[in-house]
Amino acid sequence: MSAIIPSLYIDGSAVFDGNTLFSVKGMAINSSQWTCLLGPSGSGKSTLLRLIAGLDTHVEFNGSLKASDNLQVHNRVAYMAQSDLLFPWLRADENIKVGSKLRGEKIDNDELEIIIQNVGLIDHCKKYPSELSGGQRQRVALARTLMENKPIILLDEPFSALDAKTRLEMQDLVAEHLQEKTILLVTHDPNEATRLCNNIYLLNDSEIYLTKSLPPPFPKNINDEDVFLLQTKLLEEIRGS
Amino acid sequence: MKSWYYPIASIISIILIWQLGVWISSAPSYILPAPLDVVVSFIDNWQLILEHTIVTLTEVLLGLFFGVLLGFITALYLESSKTAVLFLRPILIFSQAIPVFALAPLLTLWLGYGILSKVVMAILIIYFPVTSSFYDGLTKTPSSFLDLAKTMGSSKRRTLYVIKIPAATPNLFSGIRLAAVYAPIGATIGEWVGSSQGLGYLMLLANGRVKIDLMFAALLTLGFISIGLYGFISFILRKLTLRS
Repeated sequence: MSAIIPSLYIDGSAVFDGNTLFSVKGMAINSSQWTCLLGPSGSGKSTLLRLIAGLDTHVEFNGSLKASDNLQVHNRVAYMAQSDLLFPWLRADENIKVGSKLRGEKIDNDELEIIIQNVGLIDHCKKYPSELSGGQRQRVALARTLMENKPIILLDEPFSALDAKTRLEMQDLVAEHLQEKTILLVTHDPNEATRLCNNIYLLNDSEIYLTKSLPPPFPKNINDEDVFLLQTKLLEEIRGS
Repeated sequence: MKSWYYPIASIISIILIWQLGVWISSAPSYILPAPLDVVVSFIDNWQLILEHTIVTLTEVLLGLFFGVLLGFITALYLESSKTAVLFLRPILIFSQAIPVFALAPLLTLWLGYGILSKVVMAILIIYFPVTSSFYDGLTKTPSSFLDLAKTMGSSKRRTLYVIKIPAATPNLFSGIRLAAVYAPIGATIGEWVGSSQGLGYLMLLANGRVKIDLMFAALLTLGFISIGLYGFISFILRKLTLRS
């Protein structure tokens, strides 16, 4: 069963202790596209992600968060974070299928096998997280996200803890496998934003606004001149010069 | 490999200091027996010691089993509801405020001179450490793990089984290790207060008859039980946690 992939629309503001953490007007996270929210650390990017995922935040959100099909958002979200969030007492393959276990569902073993193959973990799926490298662990996290098969994917700086080479490999791998979904990538890395995302939103001075839309294909090459120029522009915009 | 030498060296040092104490004080052997006297007494009385060891070991193992089980269940109950914490915590703390030793005569009075009062004593002494260490672990699950479970649509019960309990096992295990050391203490106290068998009883008996070498032999046996039990339980728990 392939569910319809909805777009998300967000309007409103998040208030913490009487102060506006951020306000957002007409933000569209389109289906089958990558949308990026770029901003410095501690600016509240992850809070927006948590609001979409229906997780506890310490802010009060006044506004609307809607899916294009008007159905609930929270239960159609898969979440990938900076730390891989693997359970150290479960093997890689057990971590990948942990969602089914948590919901008490039957596990689709064929699907599991295909995903393990696709993310290149065949030789490592019986290992415990402590026996895996950072890149391999993030692959397990990706496989777990794919296994969830949710239409909306929230990525909270999933590549930022990886070394440069592994980061590029993972960006390509994730981009390849998450094409037909509604993706929101939160990052502080302008290069990542320009390589991967159709629409780049900036969180600057407590305001979230669309700053750039890019034509496909994705991911863009690292030696693409446009990527380099745009990345510089974004950096300047973040600095406020 | 070399780490083997140190425990052996420390045991030899203790025996040497002991022997030195005997020589310097020139105390008669019914006050302070020499190490060799104790070994001889051990060999002469091995059947008697074995008989009482079996009794004490049974008490310790039963106490350990039920104490850990009760602690495990209590911690899960505490985790399950705020009311449970509010209701049970004062009782738990109060039970620790009373010296458990002081309850030994009462337990003997209520439960008799048999094995039961000693098992209960051991349970009482290990119940709190197991409960509190496991409960501590259950409440300290990383919040990011719980967030992930929530986005995956997990129920409260499944989150407990699949995430919280496994995440808390290191805490539970350190509680069980403590319990392995405390349980023999509990059983011995019970035997001191009133019994007709067990190593605690044998120690009192030997003491009363000025057979101090036998008393030392019983005391050392008790020490070996504790160390052996601790080593055995640590070994098993390490096997269980090796993978993570």
